[in-house]
Amino acid sequence: MTDLPRIDTVGLSGIIVSFAEAMSEPANRAALAFRAAVEAEDWPEVSETMMSLVSVFLAVDLVITPAAAIEERLRALLITRDWYAAPLPKGRTLWHVPTVYGTDLAPQLEEAAEVAGLDPEEAIRQLSAARVRVLTLGFAPGQPYLGELPEVWNIPRQQDLTKSVPSGALVAAIRQLIIFTAPTPTGWRHVGQTAFRNFQLNAAQPFALSPGDELTFPSIKRAEYDRILSSETPHGGAEREAIA
Amino acid sequence: MSAVLKILSAGPALSLQDMGREGYLVSGLTRGGAADRLALHEGAALVGQTAECAALEMVGMGGTFEATTDTVIALTGARMAATLDGAPLIWNASHVLPAGAKLVIGGAQAGTYGYLHVADGFATEPQMGARASHLNAGIGRLLQSGDSLPLASNAPGRPGYFLTPENRLQGGALRVVRSFQTCHFSTETRKRFSETEFRRDPRGNRQGVRMEATGEGFYAEGGLSIVSEVITTGDIQVAGDGAPYVLMCESQTTGGYPRIGTVIPSDLPKVAQAAAGAPLRFTFISHEEAIDIETRARAEIKALGSRVQPLIRDPHDIADLLSYQLVGGAISANADPFET
Repeated sequence: MTDLPRIDTVGLSGIIVSFAEAMSEPANRAALAFRAAVEAEDWPEVSETMMSLVSVFLAVDLVITPAAAIEERLRALLITRDWYAAPLPKGRTLWHVPTVYGTDLAPQLEEAAEVAGLDPEEAIRQLSAARVRVLTLGFAPGQPYLGELPEVWNIPRQQDLTKSVPSGALVAAIRQLIIFTAPTPTGWRHVGQTAFRNFQLNAAQPFALSPGDELTFPSIKRAEYDRILSSETPHGGAEREAIA
Repeated sequence: MSAVLKILSAGPALSLQDMGREGYLVSGLTRGGAADRLALHEGAALVGQTAECAALEMVGMGGTFEATTDTVIALTGARMAATLDGAPLIWNASHVLPAGAKLVIGGAQAGTYGYLHVADGFATEPQMGARASHLNAGIGRLLQSGDSLPLASNAPGRPGYFLTPENRLQGGALRVVRSFQTCHFSTETRKRFSETEFRRDPRGNRQGVRMEATGEGFYAEGGLSIVSEVITTGDIQVAGDGAPYVLMCESQTTGGYPRIGTVIPSDLPKVAQAAAGAPLRFTFISHEEAIDIETRARAEIKALGSRVQPLIRDPHDIADLLSYQLVGGAISANADPFET
């Protein structure tokens, strides 16, 4: 379709701006940048905003606010720049999350490597060197969808679900990684294990990550992982730095 | 030690609920809160307090309760058999709950989600701005026998009032507006969808309610693979089996199954309350019509406080006695004697 970006209503709950029909890196960047711009506008009718992979949702009470009024403002904002080429917003964080690859903690590393056509050492080298971005958060509170990995990681989800992978599991499929918030059945392959927690209910900041944050997953030994767990190191031993 | 409501015996799915949490969609957390929000407004009108107060949500059946101080309660939502020290209590009404008296709330006679309100609400510690349990997200939990809930105050509340609620416990017609994925479904599929008599499937909870029908499924053109997009409460999602699911307050925030439309907010209590097997139908209406309906529904919620009636009044005070639905409102908590 050529009518992108597209504006539409979402029931009576708000308005969506879609930048693509399918996941793509430029469309995700566009959604990230556009959401930041909408937030900066601080329109009183917009009670909250969120982004999924390639779109931005504005929560607006359409019972009291005419959709056309907001749509007009959105169109005016859309034409101010090429959102697909817009720079990523400021105020993001880069996280380095210590990760045990393979072993009994993450038993599908070898299988995932084989599907990707890599030997396990090369798979670990690539995953621990990759720098990925939070494309969106969802499915469970604070749970990030991270991408995109190199094309070789365009591996399908497995046919049969793994009954349960634990909190902090790093799983891979379709050029993306997820850190699981809670124990979950999944078709994604469990390649690494972290002590990172996406969602901590009673913390001052219950959600560790925001859309647009970037992450790396440096490889650590099992003993280091055990030390992080037993010492209850904050954020599972992850270090963070501001992205300038 | 502040006063508490003791749960002597808990039904299978008791949880504390309020209006839920807004502002966390971007982090993957839906609003949650009471499955039937109108029931919270009704309880607040009966006790004479704000609808922000948390209440106990009881799915299918209640439990046995006892307060350590005199308080006032209200019972709303799904109609359940209730007794106080053995004497029947009227549903959709407010009552005194004396300290130490046994309040027994049994199985639902109509509807699914019943609510037990106390004067001034419960004083549990708010988490992320609300007291609601979001079971799917791991916030709060189901309440168990032996749990105690702190009462917010010893406020007297207002016992002895009843309300004739909007009838919403038996299923019926659900009004639907188009949404941004409605166009993925052919005109023919949408027409068939709106002509189909559905039944509420037993598979249903605070995340979503499955609708069952005989005949072909309601598939989107081009199949099921669309990019994951925002979900709003009331969205009607068609998953792999072709059956529609109405997504409820604890759904995920995004999903990759296409949605044929969205049930309007004021008909969501009807979805929540429909018991397994209840008939349901979807009717598409225009945005303009939906806005009119929602505007009226909000005005009616605001007017609830003026619609509550004293439970016992001197007939001389009631000039229009014959206009009251005394039967519907006044004896509904008892088992229907004509039912076999």
